[in-house]
Amino acid sequence: MLQGFCDEMLEVTGFTKRFRGIAALDNVDFSLNEGEVHALLGENGAGKSTLINLIAGTFPWAEGVYRINGRTITSLTPQVAQEIGIAAVFQEFSLVPDLTVLENIFLGREQSGSLFLKRRQMRQAGTELLDGLGFHLPLDEKVAFLSRAQKQMVEIAKALRMRPKVLILDEPTASLTDGEADKLFHAVALLKGRGVGIIYVSHRMSEIRNLSDRVTVLRGGKRIGTVVTSEISDEGLIEMMVGRPVEQLFPSIEHRPGAARLEVRDLTTQDRSVIGASFVARAGEVVGLAGLVGCGRSELCRAVFGLETVEAGTITVGDKTVARPSPASMLASKVCYFPADRGSEGLAMARSARENATMSSLDLPALSAGPVLKFWREREVIKAPLADLALRPMAPERKVSAFSGGNQQKLMLARGLMRPFDVYLFDEPTVGIDVGAKVDVYNLIKSLVEAGASVVVSTSELPELINLASRVYVMHEGKVVAELGQSELTEAQILSHYFGGRA
Amino acid sequence: MAPLSAAKPAEHRSSLLDRFLMQGGIVITFLIVAVVATALVEPRFLNRLNLINVMRNFALLLIPSLAQMLVMTAGGFDLSVGAVVAISSVVTAAVMLVGSGYFPDMEIAIILLSLVAAIGVGALVGLTNAGLVASLSLSPFMVTLAMMSVLMGIALYFTQGIPIYGVAQSFITGVGRGQFLGLPIVLHVALVVLIGCIVMQRFTALGRHIYAVGSDLRSARLSGVATGRTLAIAYVLAGMLAALTGFLMTSRLGSGQSTIGGTLALETIAAAVIGGVSLRGGVGRAEHVALAALFLAVIANAMNLVQVDSKYQTLVLGAVLIVALAIDRLLLRKRQA
Repeated sequence: MLQGFCDEMLEVTGFTKRFRGIAALDNVDFSLNEGEVHALLGENGAGKSTLINLIAGTFPWAEGVYRINGRTITSLTPQVAQEIGIAAVFQEFSLVPDLTVLENIFLGREQSGSLFLKRRQMRQAGTELLDGLGFHLPLDEKVAFLSRAQKQMVEIAKALRMRPKVLILDEPTASLTDGEADKLFHAVALLKGRGVGIIYVSHRMSEIRNLSDRVTVLRGGKRIGTVVTSEISDEGLIEMMVGRPVEQLFPSIEHRPGAARLEVRDLTTQDRSVIGASFVARAGEVVGLAGLVGCGRSELCRAVFGLETVEAGTITVGDKTVARPSPASMLASKVCYFPADRGSEGLAMARSARENATMSSLDLPALSAGPVLKFWREREVIKAPLADLALRPMAPERKVSAFSGGNQQKLMLARGLMRPFDVYLFDEPTVGIDVGAKVDVYNLIKSLVEAGASVVVSTSELPELINLASRVYVMHEGKVVAELGQSELTEAQILSHYFGGRA
Repeated sequence: MAPLSAAKPAEHRSSLLDRFLMQGGIVITFLIVAVVATALVEPRFLNRLNLINVMRNFALLLIPSLAQMLVMTAGGFDLSVGAVVAISSVVTAAVMLVGSGYFPDMEIAIILLSLVAAIGVGALVGLTNAGLVASLSLSPFMVTLAMMSVLMGIALYFTQGIPIYGVAQSFITGVGRGQFLGLPIVLHVALVVLIGCIVMQRFTALGRHIYAVGSDLRSARLSGVATGRTLAIAYVLAGMLAALTGFLMTSRLGSGQSTIGGTLALETIAAAVIGGVSLRGGVGRAEHVALAALFLAVIANAMNLVQVDSKYQTLVLGAVLIVALAIDRLLLRKRQA
């Protein structure tokens, strides 16, 4: 054995975890050194969150050895993990909305005399903790009133109240702006300097490149490899992550642009999230909407479908202008919209897949006779669309909440396949779903377009824009700032318009 | 650049009006309007004897309302408050009746014994409520509703609905009708409980944990708060306070009665909600609940003075509660905007 000081402070070997018999994590090894940032990379469902949850003690592991500072641990709870110096900041926060920033930082670890709280002492300690991280937060504001970025900072400060030796950060920049993310990177560097080992989960290549010393890539619950960050290219990492070269994910789509199906002129929404936007979508083509999150492309789709209040501008579907767009009138004009937020806007989670698939089609003659549903036909009618989408498992009676994210997304798409539409609006169709489901969604888009429909895709994923679209509109601060034809669709070209600049 | 999301909340930060509303401004306004209007319409309101009467009613509403507040801020409801009052009244009188039969000379000891017995029963009920809510994660609303029915059944079974007389005379004169420094003893007791609640909420870890558990149970647990224990303490304290109310009411009425407290579940929830306690837990302060209880005591008294039929009094209480609920909802909407 090593003599004296142990450089490798955390080591897990052969970690395995099954949920209902399915291995979420399969024989994974992982180690962390003092003062190291070790990135975890993988698609959704690759096992990243299972691994960090096991390390943080959220639930027990089935097989494997867990050693920290050379000591073997047999079981762990979140409390014990905190006490031995492992702290985690998950994407889902553990903050209480009705307590203040200061109260949250010390929640469950209050400094207290025999009876009363040592409020002054906690204020002092809390101030020092936040100052040490360079975070400026109103100590006495209720957490409910904070922005997501500020909550993230509180969560990090809270994780550090116990002076942990290992800090787990789960996609910490997912909701931060660049400036806020810089603060976080600064704090990470600071902690690293103090010898804290950091497990950093992220999708973003640039962060992994700038922050991490090593990267471990997971796919399908297995460890694909651990590499020194400076010794591998971005392409190499992506290929490890998805298991095949990036280009092979996308089907080749044959675009045959025809008549204009959807024409938006100078559209401005009441809340100014969209300002004077115009675009055309033709039959037989995929039009991409690009831009940063918050640039207005989601709101543009929502406005077209009548979900945002339109203040000025016209929307023409086919040859008739829709004066007052509403979901009902747009559906009647054969425009279909798939929202980005499946949970709150798309699906009734507690109801079956079948009911969700037919929810907006119950007026079809195939499904109803006047007020009476032909419930005996329902099961037949949904078979074909669910098969086209390759729903897994093919269990139409199962509750939607029991399906994976990708398959929930397919159920929402199934709604649009119950009857033919002329225009399909997709808002972030592949957010939070695994590679297999992504490919199914891409194939669906291909078959819709090649059957002559017009498809509009709003997405943050550059490869999707480049590989699926025939034309791309780039938005910035609510305005359409550029239109790019197929020959101009390169990553650099699209990105050059992201900040409103002209190429 | 993307819009700086960190800058946004500043606009949300409460305006002066919001602050006023949050700091119990509504209750204070309600209270002042009620007092002034009553005094103008019915000068007998300001009569010393009447005011003492109002204080007594206030005290006997305040204690169970604080009990309700404890449970509601912890994210629950206690519909069994009134039934605990009834059963502890029966227990108080029964212990006293039996005890004085054996030891006729030890009146004070027997009074204390009956207090301990009543509060013990209240604590037991609270513990049962908490156990069902916390360990089986049953709905607090249903658990305490069922508990209310069980307790009322027990109290009625033992008494057959007949009041238990034979309560110690010194108990009636010394506690229920007694005064100290010109104010009813029950008011002093209620104020001690109120101060205890304020201190607990502001200056102890327990108080903070109750808010945390009520605001977001999962987050509280992840933060290392012993959520089961915190819930148990909240329900047990609530049961004990309800039992204390039963004890005090017995001394005021001069008998143990299984039929009292029937409307207390509604009245205490009304006082709590008017006092700004959130129906979703996590928010609410004892001092504001006290103002709301005083407000309810004043309008009840006003209606008695102008001889409003008791049927209409129930109607008014319901209407006031609906207004309070609407305000609670509007404030929430503002917060989420």
